[in-house]
Amino acid sequence: MTSSNTYDAIIIGGGHNGLVAAAYLACADKKVVVLERRHIVGGAAVTEEIFPGYKFTEFSYVVSLLRPEIIRDLELPKHGLKILPLPSTFTPMENGDYLAAWDDHDLTRREIYRHSPKDAEAYDEYARVMARAAKAIKPIINLIPPDPSSLHPRDLFNLLKVGQYAASLSEKELYTIAKLATQSSADLLEEWFETDALKGTKAASGIIGTFLGPRSPGTAYVLLHHYMGEIDGAFRAWGFAKGGSGGVSGAIANAARSLGVEIRVNSSVKQVKVKGGRAVGVVLENGDELDSKVVMSAADPKRTFLQFVEPKYFPDEFVTSIQNFRVRGSSGKVNIALSELPRFTALDEPALYRGAVSISPSIDYIERAYDDAKYGQISKRPYLDMIFPSMIDPDMAPPGQHVLSCFVQYAPYDIEGGWDDAKRNQLGEAVISTIEQYAPNIRECIVGMQVISPKDIEAIAGITGGNIFHGELLLHQIFFLRPVPQWADFRTPLKGYYFGASGAHPGGGVMGAAGMLAAKEMLKDGF
Amino acid sequence: MYNPRQSRKFPTMLNLNLKTTPFHERTSALCQPQNWRKWAGYFVVGSYEHVLDREYWAIRNSAALIDVSPLIKYIIKGKDAAALLHRVTTRDIYKMKVGQVAYTGWCDDEGKMIDDGTVSRLEEQTFRLTAAEPNLRWLTMNAIGMEVEITEVTDEVAALSFQGPNTRKVLNLVCEKPVDELKYFRLMENKIKGANVTISRTGYTGDLGYEIWMDNKDALTIWDALMEAGADYGITPVGILAMDMARVEAGLFMLDVDYTSTTHAWIESQKSSPFELGLDWTVALDKQGYFVGRRALEKEKREGSVWKLMGLEVNWDGMERIYKSVGLPPQIPGMAVRGSLPIMVGNVQVGYASTSSWSPLLKKYIALAHLQRPYYEIGTDVRMEITVEHHRQHAPAKVVKLPFYEPEWKKK
Ligand SMILES: Cc1cc2nc3c(=O)[nH]c(=O)nc-3n(C[C@H](O)[C@H](O)[C@H](O)COP(=O)(O)OP(=O)(O)OC[C@H]3O[C@@H](n4cnc5c(N)ncnc54)[C@H](O)[C@@H]3O)c2cc1C
Repeated sequence: MTSSNTYDAIIIGGGHNGLVAAAYLACADKKVVVLERRHIVGGAAVTEEIFPGYKFTEFSYVVSLLRPEIIRDLELPKHGLKILPLPSTFTPMENGDYLAAWDDHDLTRREIYRHSPKDAEAYDEYARVMARAAKAIKPIINLIPPDPSSLHPRDLFNLLKVGQYAASLSEKELYTIAKLATQSSADLLEEWFETDALKGTKAASGIIGTFLGPRSPGTAYVLLHHYMGEIDGAFRAWGFAKGGSGGVSGAIANAARSLGVEIRVNSSVKQVKVKGGRAVGVVLENGDELDSKVVMSAADPKRTFLQFVEPKYFPDEFVTSIQNFRVRGSSGKVNIALSELPRFTALDEPALYRGAVSISPSIDYIERAYDDAKYGQISKRPYLDMIFPSMIDPDMAPPGQHVLSCFVQYAPYDIEGGWDDAKRNQLGEAVISTIEQYAPNIRECIVGMQVISPKDIEAIAGITGGNIFHGELLLHQIFFLRPVPQWADFRTPLKGYYFGASGAHPGGGVMGAAGMLAAKEMLKDGF
Repeated sequence: MYNPRQSRKFPTMLNLNLKTTPFHERTSALCQPQNWRKWAGYFVVGSYEHVLDREYWAIRNSAALIDVSPLIKYIIKGKDAAALLHRVTTRDIYKMKVGQVAYTGWCDDEGKMIDDGTVSRLEEQTFRLTAAEPNLRWLTMNAIGMEVEITEVTDEVAALSFQGPNTRKVLNLVCEKPVDELKYFRLMENKIKGANVTISRTGYTGDLGYEIWMDNKDALTIWDALMEAGADYGITPVGILAMDMARVEAGLFMLDVDYTSTTHAWIESQKSSPFELGLDWTVALDKQGYFVGRRALEKEKREGSVWKLMGLEVNWDGMERIYKSVGLPPQIPGMAVRGSLPIMVGNVQVGYASTSSWSPLLKKYIALAHLQRPYYEIGTDVRMEITVEHHRQHAPAKVVKLPFYEPEWKKK
């Protein structure tokens, strides 16, 4: 064994969380290597030129949750990070009208007022209530999740902190949070609004990344989860990273390299080496071996605990919990190269292309889309969340040309008959014909198209089950229960083996929190 | 090929401009410095001239014509219209006569201010409510079970604030009926050039003044009629920046500048009660029945308020001395400044000024200040932060009663 294959820490997986963890460890002068199976880093946050000249933000497409302290600590702006504003949301309606939310408050009020004077005001109040609830919950995200059944002083201390914090909230806030934790997003929204397109668009954020419909209990929490991005004002609002999501990963990778992290691509890990009850290195698919004092996995929980390590090193109960961890992929992605922008019949307004376009005309529409999926079908009329990256960052497409990023739900991982090319075409067609309802010239604009099913998410990004968050953000899978009860503090039953990716607390999305928090826990343990 | 990135076809932001008021054709032709302000989703003129002086003095000396159309307006109509307003506001609405106008705040259950505006009793069962912010949801929530119809008419009703000692003469020239008998905080139906108008003797300047309410379609006719008739009386189109100076002199505060609506407040300390804002006279604790915030307001009345909005007059000599120490004459911004300035007693902060302004009439530097008990007593010596040549200093000031200025003709 050469010393060049010996490290303080090995990070499995070069997704953004793995890169963040590596950078934090390197800040503490550790010798770190990141091993990524693909030829590029970024995981689900990558940008690829599938058609020459057209850059696709292949999976993840918008940023809001990326933690500001990571941006500051790792000096990401110096390494190329720019988060550009995504100022509006446009929802074309089935009757030919539309609903839009612009960045100007008064414009938005007037726009909603057109549909319902009452909703125009409820909109503000709802935003405040949600922002307050998000603000109330946010400090909890910053704490290492305590294990409520543990007597370990650290857990007790943290539990005390959460308890104290909860006690400082007003009765109203606690009530709101309790409700949000149990309601369906449809129930929540129906308490507030009457405009279908408004409810549909809001409800959509409650189902993203889950295999649930807007009428399923628990979806209200997901809605709140997405609100976290908005609580610190413009800075944290949804934005688009320069260069797409690959721009975020690229900046983090640059920062990590500048701190001395070694990043090896085309290095798929086969197994974690265990000696004397400790993780002591890894074996690659190509047979190479690397040694280290500690190993952290930044891959999904199934790989981390069921594939990289032999089950005999974990308690049975633990293995069972991981087996039961729900990673049902329900979304796909269609990336389109365009010769020109499609025209929406509802509104001729250049500004709408600089924001999101949401195909979510009503809660029923989305629930119906879910009905198809429940029985193993692609939604005939799916929910779509679209952006035109080239309208925000002109460098994403050749001059005068465009790219369209289209998030689509539902496309179940476990589709009837299994995924194949025909099914993939069916998904693409469902998306195009849906867009066509609102922008009839879409087909004429298409130069090239990449259709990504949940199976493809698994195959390309390496996420078992194809769930965009490595595991659904369900109430029984968040906070001190993520990934499994008692092991939410980034440690695992195997000594020297850590876990810090989207399947860990505080969950999925390009936020970097899991990687950062895991690195900090590793450093606390010392190695 | 459709490419908005370089499109000639669509002017950018075609549909995304703020609204313009029904007077825009006139106001935009007159607005020399292109000084526009945003107000409730509309563009309004900040100032018509490059310097505010003439506009300010028109308010105090002749006749100022101010476009206040963006003011949010509701028509509240029906058997329970009075009951709703009685329940929501702090005034005794049952006592209002037709033709009467009442200034009022309205509170949440904790007796903290949501907004303020005027209630006009247009008919026995018809009221107009003006507000700084949209309040439809709040009104609707309070109207449950009532026979009442609430309609926002902001976009349909144009409004001009006509302020200054000569305004009565000008109105008498253009109105079908003379306005001589129109008393302070009363309104009348009238006609100008054949168009129906409602004229109320109200305003936001503390001077003699009227507000003229009209249908959008008549807006330009009425503007022209007033401008023509007012030419010999010094009529001057005035923007909202000059009005801002006048309202400070008149001791009138502004939502989101001098207080935070409970619906916007993040923390308790940002909220204010009507008592804390000096609106004691608008809180009719003796009125019959329940109204929103009653219990909390009764309690505060019993126990006294921790804060009060008061006037502050900066001591000129004291300020001059501070400037002199660095070799400068006193320098004061020529407009109202909406920025929080700490108020000190000794080394302890006892409050803050929320709007400060030079008063061209009083020749004083004045401020609306929120002060903690016991420092809100009239005559208390305090110090207000000023920045002198990039250094933080504290100018001596005295707590005074509001308003700073109240001409005898305001109510006569
Ligand atoms: C279609 C889609 C759309 C999304 N949209 C958004 C969005 O708009 N905004 C947002 O915030 N989030 C979005 N997400 C979620 C977000 O992208 C992910 O939660 C996040 O990128 C996951 O980061 P990670 O570092 O935890 O894991 P990943 O990015 O999944 O990284 C894991 C890495 O491990 C590697 N790996 C796996 N096995 C091995 C092995 N054996 N050896 C070596 N390496 C291995 C993988 O190749 C991968 O690079 C989306 C996700 C998807 C799939």
